[in-house]
Amino acid sequence: MKIYEEIISAGFGGQGVLLAGTLIAQAAIEQDLKTTWFPSYGAEMRGGTANSTVIISDEEIGSPVAFAPSALIALNRPSLERFLPKMKEDAVVIANSSLIDSKDFESDKRIKFIPISEIADKEVGNIKTANMVAVGALIKHLQAPSLDSCLKALETAFYAKPKVIPLNIKAVNAGYNYKA
Amino acid sequence: MEKILSRPKALKDHPLSYCPGCGHGIVHRLVAQAIDDLGIRERTIAVAPVGCAVFAYNYFNFDTTEAPHGRPPAVATGIKRTNPDKIVFTYQGDGDLAAIGTAETIHCANRGENITVIFINNANYGMTGGQMAPTTLLGQVTETTPFGRDPQREGYPINVCELLAGLKGTKYIERVSVCDAPHVIQAGKAIKKAFQNQIEGKGYSFIEVVSHCPVDWGKTPIDATKWVKEEMFKTFPLGVIKDETK
Amino acid sequence: MVKKLVKGNIALCEGAIAAGLDAYFGYPITPQNEVPAYMSRKMVELKRVFIQAESELAAANMVLGACATGKRAMTSSSSPGISLKQEAISYMAGMEVPGVIVNVQRGGPGLGNISGSQADYFQAVKGGGHGDYHLIVFAPANAQEMYEIAYNAFDIAQKYRNPVMLLCDGIIGQMMEPVDFNKEPKTKFEYRDWILDGCKGREPRSLKSLLMEDGALEKHNLDLQKKYKLIEENEVKAELYQVEDAEVIIVAYGISSRISKNAIKQAREKGIKAGLIRPITLWPFPSKIIASYAKPGVKFFSVEFSLGQMVEDVKLAVNGKCPVDFLGRAGGGIVSDKDVLNKIIELAK
Repeated sequence: MKIYEEIISAGFGGQGVLLAGTLIAQAAIEQDLKTTWFPSYGAEMRGGTANSTVIISDEEIGSPVAFAPSALIALNRPSLERFLPKMKEDAVVIANSSLIDSKDFESDKRIKFIPISEIADKEVGNIKTANMVAVGALIKHLQAPSLDSCLKALETAFYAKPKVIPLNIKAVNAGYNYKA
Repeated sequence: MEKILSRPKALKDHPLSYCPGCGHGIVHRLVAQAIDDLGIRERTIAVAPVGCAVFAYNYFNFDTTEAPHGRPPAVATGIKRTNPDKIVFTYQGDGDLAAIGTAETIHCANRGENITVIFINNANYGMTGGQMAPTTLLGQVTETTPFGRDPQREGYPINVCELLAGLKGTKYIERVSVCDAPHVIQAGKAIKKAFQNQIEGKGYSFIEVVSHCPVDWGKTPIDATKWVKEEMFKTFPLGVIKDETK
Repeated sequence: MVKKLVKGNIALCEGAIAAGLDAYFGYPITPQNEVPAYMSRKMVELKRVFIQAESELAAANMVLGACATGKRAMTSSSSPGISLKQEAISYMAGMEVPGVIVNVQRGGPGLGNISGSQADYFQAVKGGGHGDYHLIVFAPANAQEMYEIAYNAFDIAQKYRNPVMLLCDGIIGQMMEPVDFNKEPKTKFEYRDWILDGCKGREPRSLKSLLMEDGALEKHNLDLQKKYKLIEENEVKAELYQVEDAEVIIVAYGISSRISKNAIKQAREKGIKAGLIRPITLWPFPSKIIASYAKPGVKFFSVEFSLGQMVEDVKLAVNGKCPVDFLGRAGGGIVSDKDVLNKIIELAK
């Protein structure tokens, strides 16, 4: 198994964290990798936070539930607090500094604080694209999926709404190219 | 010599298992006659209940299926929706239709399924030996209301026709009786109309037959039919309750 | 063919639709809500029948009605709702009406919770409803299998005039995986000489489970048993994974089989010979296959999201020839690959 990532995407309901996970899974398919996507569902979604788990591998995937997550997108503070203790030691953690005070987590060197909401709002021009900015920022630090696959995946994911594709491409690129 | 009256083709030459003086046999005959008259025997599928009429499939000479207690409206829905060209009816007693199957009855009616429902109300559970039914009259003594039905303890008899008439999905509702010849003739007309409605795609038709159960009531057949007229008609008045087929 | 990323619940719908599903009858309950929602659009677009029933009782009985006329009908639910469907399921078994019932299991007993669970094994394979009967029970382990098993379930149900159950769980139903929708839609079906379609040009037919004549019900039961024997001979399906040289053999189905596979890979890396027998049919159970690996020196254990149900059937299959152990969690607790690996290591000592 050369490639194996367990990725959690979490945030407030409405921030598009399920879709962010879907995009990563779709990107894995574009790259001929195996993938699973698993959501929080039902009553669990009512507490204000939602999350999805994506697993990517070059081999058959066992559990779609992550036991040792290697990557996290945390779009809000409750998500970061909830999942940080579960992450692997060398995990990649992308945290939305527009909504989370980085000072409170300074001791954890795994966390990369990025003003995701701000980038989406000001640079991309639509706050709703924060999830895609986060995906762009994350994949830069993972072995898979690639940026190309992500951009291809956008076309598949938004097949029925081609108008929104350019905006989302812009968002993924903005996240990918962000420099602190 | 010309034969002017015989067993309808829709009824098998099979002895009925109903008690002496029971109203079921008459209603079977009326249903069979209507099906013969309308020429629909070969495309009819009936749903038998659990209760006295559980053996209806032994008597009717067309395709029939059993259904769990109270579920004929759901089974009939499954049949009719997947076979809209077939004539589908349920034949149910008061326990089946108005107690255990109340939800199925109401929702089938409310969906406006294009089926025919024949409802036999004899104010008690006949098959199991005469216990209280949802339609048992106030004060009526049954196996399980030995002191008479007391509304404080057992609630009131349900008027199913009036209940269903309030639902927009129902199109034809009539309450009839088979307690004597004139009533039998009227019942036959109502049943035929209920099938005619279905043939014409007019929607949900419901016929309640206020019937007699002499054995479980502990009455002679004559006294039983008298009791139907004198007591049951007060709670369950006959007539067309709703007609939106015109 | 490009694979589409879909939930197990949606793959299941597509399989049933491709199989020529005439009617779907459902009632909302988590975690299978995608099924009625998807069907409510798809079936109507296809001019087929969709009804959101007033209850699980009614939905199952609508399936009974539709299938009594030879049509292909399905209902789906999750554990508490499946308990309600047992009435109709027992009738279908007795009347020999071939419906398809899907259980996307959640935690129990009672209302339980909405997490994935495998606690309805007994209910699915040992009866569930009243009477001496069997369902044919399939346990898909991924979205592709949800699609394929649903695609074949109706043929098998009609072939044997027997209800078929797909026993899934919340995780398999909710997860998305790439699925290859590679099946041709079925359109031509064999005419069956027992269906109710109006008695034109033939004697009337009756479908019933009430057999009051002397000896009739016993004869009916014996006939059913003959049918079950035939099903046991022909329809057992299981996946074998690294069992040939295995000293520790896991028996697991559905979600727990996937986690077990991960653990087996890790065990093999450590030089421990572990393998998996994954029942794809839970009834008929792959007893003969399991028995064929019950050799001296081999240790078995089952992994389940329950506190020990299928393990009883594994013990019966092994028949005392090897030790049979168990690993499981209940109520939404998830057995991890590490848990399974530790058990393998413990048994391999």
